[in-house]
Amino acid sequence: MTVTTLTRQDVVDFLYTEAKILDEWRLMEWPALFTDDGTYTVPPLGDPEADPTKSLFISHDNRARLQERAERLLKKEAHVEYPHSTTVHNYNNILVSNLDSDVITVECNFTIHRTKREVMDTFIGKHTYELVLQNGELKIKSKKVVLHLDSLRPHGKISLIL
Amino acid sequence: MDQFIRDNVEKSEFLVNRSVFTDREMLARERAEIFNKCWLFIGHDTEIAELGDYKRKKVGGRNLLFVRSQDGEIRALFNTCPHRGALIARENEGNSRVFRCFYHAWSFKNDGELVGMPGKDGFPEDFNAEGTKNMKAVKRVENYRGFVFVNFDEDAISLDEYLGNAKEYIDLVVDQSEYGLEAQGGVQEYSVRANWKLLAENSVDLYHGMPTHKTYFDIKQAQDPELKNVKLEGEGVELDNGHAVIEYIAPWGRPVAQWTPIWDDELKQDMERMKVKLADRYGEERADRIANYNRNIVIFPNLVINDIMAVTARTFYPTSPGYMEVSGYSLAPKGEEETHRMARNDNFLEFLGPGGFATPDDNEALELCQEAYNNNEEVEWNDISKGMVRGAGNAMATDEVQMRNFWRQYNARIQESLNKEKEVAQR
Ligand code: FES
Ligand SMILES: [Fe+2]
Repeated sequence: MTVTTLTRQDVVDFLYTEAKILDEWRLMEWPALFTDDGTYTVPPLGDPEADPTKSLFISHDNRARLQERAERLLKKEAHVEYPHSTTVHNYNNILVSNLDSDVITVECNFTIHRTKREVMDTFIGKHTYELVLQNGELKIKSKKVVLHLDSLRPHGKISLIL
Repeated sequence: MDQFIRDNVEKSEFLVNRSVFTDREMLARERAEIFNKCWLFIGHDTEIAELGDYKRKKVGGRNLLFVRSQDGEIRALFNTCPHRGALIARENEGNSRVFRCFYHAWSFKNDGELVGMPGKDGFPEDFNAEGTKNMKAVKRVENYRGFVFVNFDEDAISLDEYLGNAKEYIDLVVDQSEYGLEAQGGVQEYSVRANWKLLAENSVDLYHGMPTHKTYFDIKQAQDPELKNVKLEGEGVELDNGHAVIEYIAPWGRPVAQWTPIWDDELKQDMERMKVKLADRYGEERADRIANYNRNIVIFPNLVINDIMAVTARTFYPTSPGYMEVSGYSLAPKGEEETHRMARNDNFLEFLGPGGFATPDDNEALELCQEAYNNNEEVEWNDISKGMVRGAGNAMATDEVQMRNFWRQYNARIQESLNKEKEVAQR
C-alpha cells in the first residue's frame, strides 16, 4: 500500500483487521497497530468531551499503557479473561474523512459482544480513529471509544479491548 | 438457620454461613434492619457546590435528589411527585431553582415547596397549608468533612457518634489537602453479579492482593524494581459500630506525597515540597502517615473509602442476593495541579477503575464465589479466621479482623430483629 493508492477500502480493511486481531486474541499484534505516540481512550459515560484532569475516564492509555493492557490480558493471572471470553467486534457505518491529508479521520459505530460462563455482555458506541501513514502502512494515532451506555450495568467491567 | 456466624475465639475460628449470600428473606431483613437504619453515604458536598445544583442518587433503594437548595442547605428530597407519584427530576444532574413534574405540571422550589399548579381553582384555598403537598425530604441528613450521609431512621444516633473512632481515619484522608477534597466528574457506575457483602469484604482484604492482582504488581514492578522490597505490611483495626480499617505501607506511588520512578523529576521535587508542608502542618509522624501509608476503610454497611494509589469512595447496593449496583467516586485535593492530577487519575484508572488492571479481577473473584454458592446445601461455611491466632489487637493488615468486625455488627443487627420476632411469637 502506498500513499498515492490509498482508498477508502484500505481504511476499512485496516479496521476489520484490528477487529479480527482482537477477536482472535492475537493481542500482541494490537499495540503494533499504533504509532509510538498513539493513544487509546474511553471517556466517562455520557461525557465524551470530558477533561481527564476533572473527570474519571474508563481508560486513558498512552502507547506504553496500551501495550501493558494487551500484555496483561494474555496472562493466565488476568483472571477475568481466563479462560478467554469469546468476543465479536462488529464495526458499522464507517465514515472516512480527509483520505488525502496527513491525518485520516474515521468514525464508525461498534457493537461488541462478550460471552463467558453463559452470560453475554454487549457494548455499543462509536469509535473515532485518527490514522496516519507510516512507511506506507496505516497506523493508529488515536482511538477514542465513546460508549453509548447509561452505565456499565449489567456489564460491571470492561475486561477486554473495545 | 438462626446462627449466621460462628465466632470461636478459643479455637481461633470464625465462620460465616453462606446462606446470607443467597437467601431472599435475608435480603429483606437486611433492607429493614441495615439499610433502613444505618447512615448511608449519598455523595460528597462538592458534587453540588453551587446553589441549585442537584444530582439524582439511588440510596438504600430510594430515588433521591441530592440538592443544594437556594437557602444554601443540602437536602435529600424523595424524587417523587406528591400528586400522583411521577419521578420529578429526569436529568441525572443539573442546576435549577425549581423542579417541575411533567405529568400535570406541578412545580416545586428546590427545597421541595409546592409553588405552582395549573387549574388552581379546582383546589381549596388552603390546599397545601400543612405542607403535605411539598416534595418530601429525608429528615436526617448529616455531613462529616464533606461526606454527606442520610439515614431513613428518624431516631438514629448522630452521624458523628455513628462514625465514632472511624473519624480518625477519614481525617487522615481529608487532611492530605489544605483546601479539602473534591469529587471529580465521571462517577463510575457498574455492577457485580455477586452479593453486596462480598464487596465490603473485598475492599478491606489485603490477603487477596498478590494472588488476585499479580498482573498489576507485575506492571508496577517493571516500572520500579525497588518495589520488590516493599511488602504489604501494616495493621488491621476494628472500629466502632462495625467499621474497620487496614493501614499499611504503600507499595506504589501516592499523589500525596510518595514519588515513583515512572513520574518525572519535577513531580519528585513537588512531592518533597508537599511532604515538608505536611510536616509543618501536622508534624513528622502524621505527615508520614498521610503520605506513605494506605488506608482502606469500610464504614458499615456499604461505604468504602480507600486511600491507596488514589482516593475512592464506593457504595454498593443489592438489587437481588446475587447482584449489586456499585458507584465509585474519585476524590482529589481541591485545586490540585494538573500534572499531579494526571498522575493521580492514571493511578486510579489502572487499579480502581472498572476498565483497569485490577478491579475486573476482583469482580471475577466475587462472581466466582457467588456462582459456587449453589453448593450451599452441602458446603455451608466461609472461613474468616486469618489472624485470630495472633490475639486481639495484633492483627496484620493481611489478616481478616476487619471482616470479622463487619460480620459481628451484621450478625448483631440481624439477631436483634430475629429475637424481637421470637418474643412477639411467644407472647
Ligand atoms: S403526578 Fe406530578 S403533577 Fe401530577
Ligand atoms: Fe482487589
